[in-house]
Amino acid sequence: MLEGGFTDQPRQSATAFRAALDAMARPGTIHTVAGAQPPALSIAAGVLLLTLADRTTSLWLAPPLSAARDWITFHTGATFSAPEDAQIAIGAWHDLPVARFPIGRPDYPDRSATLIVEMPDLTATGPRLTGPGIKDHANLSLPETEAFRMNATAFPLGLDFFFTAGDRLAALPRTTKVEAA
Amino acid sequence: MNAPQKNTTEYNFAYLDEDTKRMIRRALLKAVAIPGYQVPFASREMPMPYGWGTGGVQVTAACLTPDDVLKVIDQGADDTTNAVSIRKFFQRTADVDVTERTADATIIQTRHRIPEAALTEGQILVFQVPIPEPLRFLEPRETETRKMHELEEYGLMHVKLYEDIAKHGQIATAYAYPVKVEGRYVMDPSPIPKFDNPKLSDNPALMLFGAGREQRIYALPPHTKVASLDFEDHPFEASKANHNCDICGAGDTYLDEVITDDRGSRMFVCSDTDHCRTRQEA
Amino acid sequence: MYVAVKGGERAIENAHAWLAEERRGDPAVAELGTDQIEQQLALAVNRVMAEGSLHDPALAALAIKQSRGDLIEAIFLIRAYRTTLPRLGASIPVDTAKMDCIRRVSATFKDAPGGQILGPTFDYTHRLLDFALMANGDAPEAPRKAAEPAHVPHITGFLGRDGLIEQEAPSDTEPRDLTREPLELPADRALRLQSLARGDEGFILGLAYSTQRGYARNHAFVGELRIGTCAVEMDIPQLGFAIEIGEVELTECETVNQFKGSKTEPPQFTRGYGLTFGQTERKAISMALVDRALRWKELGEDYVGAPAQDEEFVLSHADNIQATGFLEHIKLPHYVDFQSELELVRRMREAAE
Repeated sequence: MLEGGFTDQPRQSATAFRAALDAMARPGTIHTVAGAQPPALSIAAGVLLLTLADRTTSLWLAPPLSAARDWITFHTGATFSAPEDAQIAIGAWHDLPVARFPIGRPDYPDRSATLIVEMPDLTATGPRLTGPGIKDHANLSLPETEAFRMNATAFPLGLDFFFTAGDRLAALPRTTKVEAA
Repeated sequence: MNAPQKNTTEYNFAYLDEDTKRMIRRALLKAVAIPGYQVPFASREMPMPYGWGTGGVQVTAACLTPDDVLKVIDQGADDTTNAVSIRKFFQRTADVDVTERTADATIIQTRHRIPEAALTEGQILVFQVPIPEPLRFLEPRETETRKMHELEEYGLMHVKLYEDIAKHGQIATAYAYPVKVEGRYVMDPSPIPKFDNPKLSDNPALMLFGAGREQRIYALPPHTKVASLDFEDHPFEASKANHNCDICGAGDTYLDEVITDDRGSRMFVCSDTDHCRTRQEA
Repeated sequence: MYVAVKGGERAIENAHAWLAEERRGDPAVAELGTDQIEQQLALAVNRVMAEGSLHDPALAALAIKQSRGDLIEAIFLIRAYRTTLPRLGASIPVDTAKMDCIRRVSATFKDAPGGQILGPTFDYTHRLLDFALMANGDAPEAPRKAAEPAHVPHITGFLGRDGLIEQEAPSDTEPRDLTREPLELPADRALRLQSLARGDEGFILGLAYSTQRGYARNHAFVGELRIGTCAVEMDIPQLGFAIEIGEVELTECETVNQFKGSKTEPPQFTRGYGLTFGQTERKAISMALVDRALRWKELGEDYVGAPAQDEEFVLSHADNIQATGFLEHIKLPHYVDFQSELELVRRMREAAE
């Protein structure tokens, strides 16, 4: 439990954040990260938590991942909350109660959850993505199309997503238009 | 800044503590996800004054990695005193490589200019922002302007621009010229000359805006559609002085006007010092 | 041939070397020790602690020395130092009823349990320059009597017993932290008080004065002003109880203000509150007046458009570090934006001809 965190927090988290920022700024691009060895979670999900979560953030963890709970508490100090209060949520797609996470308020659309979706694999294939951050179009192996298409229609409200598989991650902000390939 | 020279190791990497960096990083991700929307963040007191680039410095500090090459410009120039001071701050606290060459930089912190050379995929341009709220001079209250953004009520801005035309025959805003991002949020591009506005749209680089005193961060992801506000019969025009650079001869760059003697003689030179030097060397 | 101004780095270094020399002054004059500042310029130290939001007299004294006595600059140094310090925890609220008072006055009662204690005050001094201090600042020992560990209850408690003054509803809600979260408007009272506590003394004083002169007048009596030390206690989860981790000197002011009452509420007095680090009573009283003026909405009073009633105006402009930074930034080069205005003006003049 005490292991699997960053050994050089300032530099490792800086490098990890740049990957996360780049992923969110260029939806569909896939980035490799390193430095976390969490139980029950992918390296990339662990890296995102170490980089973004702390005592001031509230998390929702999908029940099948509960073996990661103590590791998260020890390394981030984050508190666990109901989906409705979560700033960050982690789980496999079918374990995430997507409709219950906050999508922001009309006056503060930033007060919305960021979902970290654990995936078996991540490839630049599948649904077609267009929007800010994407020059022409991109493709990403999303778990489905419809939920993300709906999410974009709520703009400027909405959820933002990271997808993680092993040591790789990609992202999908609410601005991205998703269509079946 | 006049503190005795301290060893780098006395500070955390890039000065800010990790809690602060995480808070800024969370805000940055939301800013990227909602282009043009100003995300509130708990700006810290930095070791340089508010209004001197603390927002940009905090954004840069939260983004900087040990592998970055940093360029800092003020008014387009690398050698202006505040640019020198900020560059030195990051050399001291992050031991980061620095450059004056736009093409070699991975992160460029800027005040009041966008470099002339085309930016590329993977570069980040960090703007220092004094007043992030484009509606502030029309409505001083944050509670009101927040409502206006929520309801997309930008009529007041159009009325102001139209009054300009009625009074002066043209829109009398020369810098910090307001833009609309992806057809939704009206955004202040920081006090860049309107000459630079077209570079905001569909730029391959990621643009991040930090306003420290006003506690706001906003962003333009690469390839975002950014339109300068205008009217059909008075289209936006990115104007500059009607001269060429007197040093490198460029006819397509933003120029500084320099008074060269007490008889009022003047010359025009590129405000982007790196661009001008690169052209001279070519 | 024009050559762009170079050498910014050298200029900065040389300017700072000059500044260091000026700070020291004539080397023939003995250097000022930070212990001397802490002891003999204690009220400057207190202001720097109050507005710097850090209770550390030694560091405040250092900041004053480094800033050549420019207190806003000293406050800035302290703020920049404190902002990235790790947060190990939060104390439990200090109990000012248990304050070990060196000064305690009430304007609303001639006498009260605990007594009136003038303490080390400038009040009733004749403001005549004491030229003897130029030669020799030794002070005779002040008369003192053996301490009576007296219970000094809050004056407003006496009014509260009879229901004559409003009661603040107790709440266990954790107040928001202005130094960790961006200011969100409208702000609640806890957030307003935080902002006022670290706000510029001169700004808060001016606003408070404006309420006295009729800009949202709410005639204030100093119900009580007390200065003294309070224990700071912190819950230690491993121990299961709170332990004292130190003590701080505080100034607390409670004002008693008029209130007419309403259809549903009988007439009663209302309060304004000020609490600041160190012996800073001008600030604490000012804070209480402005706090009271800002409460117009919750007390059902009219908004008369007075600056001291305008929460957004007050909270957005009270911080002298924000204010001085933005004010002074206009010294920085602005020639690019100026150039764009210059061209615009020329074009408009051409068009007009």
